[in-house]
Amino acid sequence: MATTTATTATAPSAAAAPPRQRRTNQPIAWLFLAPYLVLFGVFVLLPIVFGLWISLHSWDFTLPGKPFVGLENYTALLDPSSVSFDPFWGSMRATGIFTLFSVPLLIVVPLGVALAMNQRFPGRNLFRSIFFAPYVLGVAVVGVLWRFLLDANIGLVNHVMGTLGLPDATPWLSSVPEAWVALVGVTVWWTLGFNAVIFLAGLQDVPRELYEAAEVDGAGAWSRFRHVTLPGLRPVLMFVLMVTIIASANMFGQSFIMTNGQPGQETRTAIFYIAETGLQNFQMGSAAAASWILTLALMLTSVVVFWLFRERDGSKA
Amino acid sequence: MTNTPFRRSRPVETSLSRRGFLVLGAGSTAAFLAGCGGGKGVGAQPSAGGEFTGKYTGPPVTLDYWNGFTGGDGPTMQALVKDFNSAQKNITVKSNTVEWADFYQRLPAAANAGRGPHVGVMHLDQLATNAARSVIVPLDDVAEQIDLAESDFTPAVWGPGIYNGSRYGIPLDVHSLAMYWNKDHFEKAGIGEAPTDAATLDEACRKLKSAGFQPFWMPNQWPAHLMFFSLLWQFGGEPYAEDGSEATFGSAEGVEALSWMVEQVDKGYGPSNVDIDAQYLAFKNGQNSITWDGIWQINDLEAAGLDYGIAPIPTIGEKPAAWANSHHFFMTKQAAEDGNLANASKVFISSLSQESGSWAKAGMIPARNSAREDAAFTESPQAVLNDYLENLHFLPAVPGLGDITPQTVEVAVNEAVLGKASPEEALGKAQENATKLMQDNLEKFGG
Repeated sequence: MATTTATTATAPSAAAAPPRQRRTNQPIAWLFLAPYLVLFGVFVLLPIVFGLWISLHSWDFTLPGKPFVGLENYTALLDPSSVSFDPFWGSMRATGIFTLFSVPLLIVVPLGVALAMNQRFPGRNLFRSIFFAPYVLGVAVVGVLWRFLLDANIGLVNHVMGTLGLPDATPWLSSVPEAWVALVGVTVWWTLGFNAVIFLAGLQDVPRELYEAAEVDGAGAWSRFRHVTLPGLRPVLMFVLMVTIIASANMFGQSFIMTNGQPGQETRTAIFYIAETGLQNFQMGSAAAASWILTLALMLTSVVVFWLFRERDGSKA
Repeated sequence: MTNTPFRRSRPVETSLSRRGFLVLGAGSTAAFLAGCGGGKGVGAQPSAGGEFTGKYTGPPVTLDYWNGFTGGDGPTMQALVKDFNSAQKNITVKSNTVEWADFYQRLPAAANAGRGPHVGVMHLDQLATNAARSVIVPLDDVAEQIDLAESDFTPAVWGPGIYNGSRYGIPLDVHSLAMYWNKDHFEKAGIGEAPTDAATLDEACRKLKSAGFQPFWMPNQWPAHLMFFSLLWQFGGEPYAEDGSEATFGSAEGVEALSWMVEQVDKGYGPSNVDIDAQYLAFKNGQNSITWDGIWQINDLEAAGLDYGIAPIPTIGEKPAAWANSHHFFMTKQAAEDGNLANASKVFISSLSQESGSWAKAGMIPARNSAREDAAFTESPQAVLNDYLENLHFLPAVPGLGDITPQTVEVAVNEAVLGKASPEEALGKAQENATKLMQDNLEKFGG
């Protein structure tokens, strides 16, 4: 997974080269694309369309009758008096909160780490692998590990804080906003290595001559970062931002294992809600409708992000 | 975690990376697509496999047997299966253990795709749901053949095994909530006897607290809702209408029950934010003096070497009552479609059902009255509950009910115990939602 995404990460800079002969090679291009397109069609496109179909039914796959209900699943999710309204929008809110706080941290912290790792110093490779190490763990491992470390009464974190004279009874997993601090913190610890590696690759693509020229012009470290590094990283930054927003909006495992959605259902995210509704309660129709609403919300967010980046481009030009 | 036989709300998927989730989601949708293709028309089930004589005379068959015995009960079940296999010439039972949390998601999916087990064990409160989903088939003839008579069982465990006039499960055991206490703590606090009601429990907690212990950690997740159900029954309430038409746990009795739980936190008998499993782990570590948990924890506590006492939960309300559940054997539609498999399955079920005495080693209470005279049970720790059986309550046999409790009761109990909402508020809203969901289910499973 990481490798495939990493290859796409370098794509923006590769795409910068003008595609001169593309037109003449079209059939061959399709031929090369075919294996992936088949997989994409069968395992991504088809299920998406089928999901739309399911969302128009009261769909329990274990029952013989799957009556067509039209848009009823959607209207139920949008009707404040229905049973599913509060749980669903509560979970959308939880996803929103998590995304809002995790994305900035997952951009800034990995960027800082990448800048530090880009320096020449002894033991650099060791540090690089240390920052990347948590990312290789599965969410189950990370979740269970931190659930025990962060336990309010028998966990190591509160114990250590107590011996340092800090508050030792913080309910990390059973109260908000503490639980959000825990969930965001753990996620940053876990996935910052991935973003850092992409930033690092991006940093190495910024031409050295530009730095030298800037230095000759008398630019300090901050100016070099502001006017050379950041513009050089722009395509990479945009990619990392999009991928991180999507990943954060799809957060599920951490709250599923660490907080189990509590207190009440406040840390139950949208994907958590969808999984529970569809796979545990067998209300596939309603879950599919919820997925579509989440998808539309994500599409809208993507458009906004693209627009934001364009706007800044325009004002600068 | 492995010793909690049916934590419903926490299935742990292995190595699910955050970014991998999309891909996985797509993959399972495809698997599910394939599943739909294999599904056959379902409807009312006739008795399967022709006349059942109690013997298997057909060609060699292999039975797939699914259960969720992942805890201290696992080895006992493996031994029973091994004995059965060596006693039978033509039947080989292949056992597959799936955590209970995943069990009720996987079973209908697998059965629907024609890749499910032939026989298995499930909880009493799941029988109606799976019968309504046509995953399992009636076993009236097996019940008859092994002389399964109502008189040999407590009525509470007998009744809910019947759905739409047919028996779908053959009872194996009964397991309930019980009270555990740390004997060492009790001695240091000068408490001679186990508490039996609200007053003696409160007195014990006060003594333990002044002796420097945190006496009674109140969980707000598993098994908090089981404590709530028990107390609700003690106060004379009922969680759900028998006919599945409405939820009634938000009654005055329910509020009283939940208020008592909140009160224990307010009195400072335990920390106010108990994370999942912490009350039990703290009990095992000697940090918590009293805990209410299932009797399936017995083997785990024995292994931990803790000097503990076990007794029925104290009577806080007006009459003794405790939540209980029961493991039942079932046979799937898949086995029923093949005469030989059906007969072999029935032989397996009737044979193991008669071994339910030795099943007491798993920390459970044998379902049959006669099996409870077996030394394996009378000498077990859980034997103290023998006289309490008539006070055990089971959730009614209503299809889909098992999915409603986690969305409603569990949330309300969690919010109230954490002090995020008053018991009236929390239960009122949950009850309203539960009734709506139950009405939906009546329509869904009725039509």
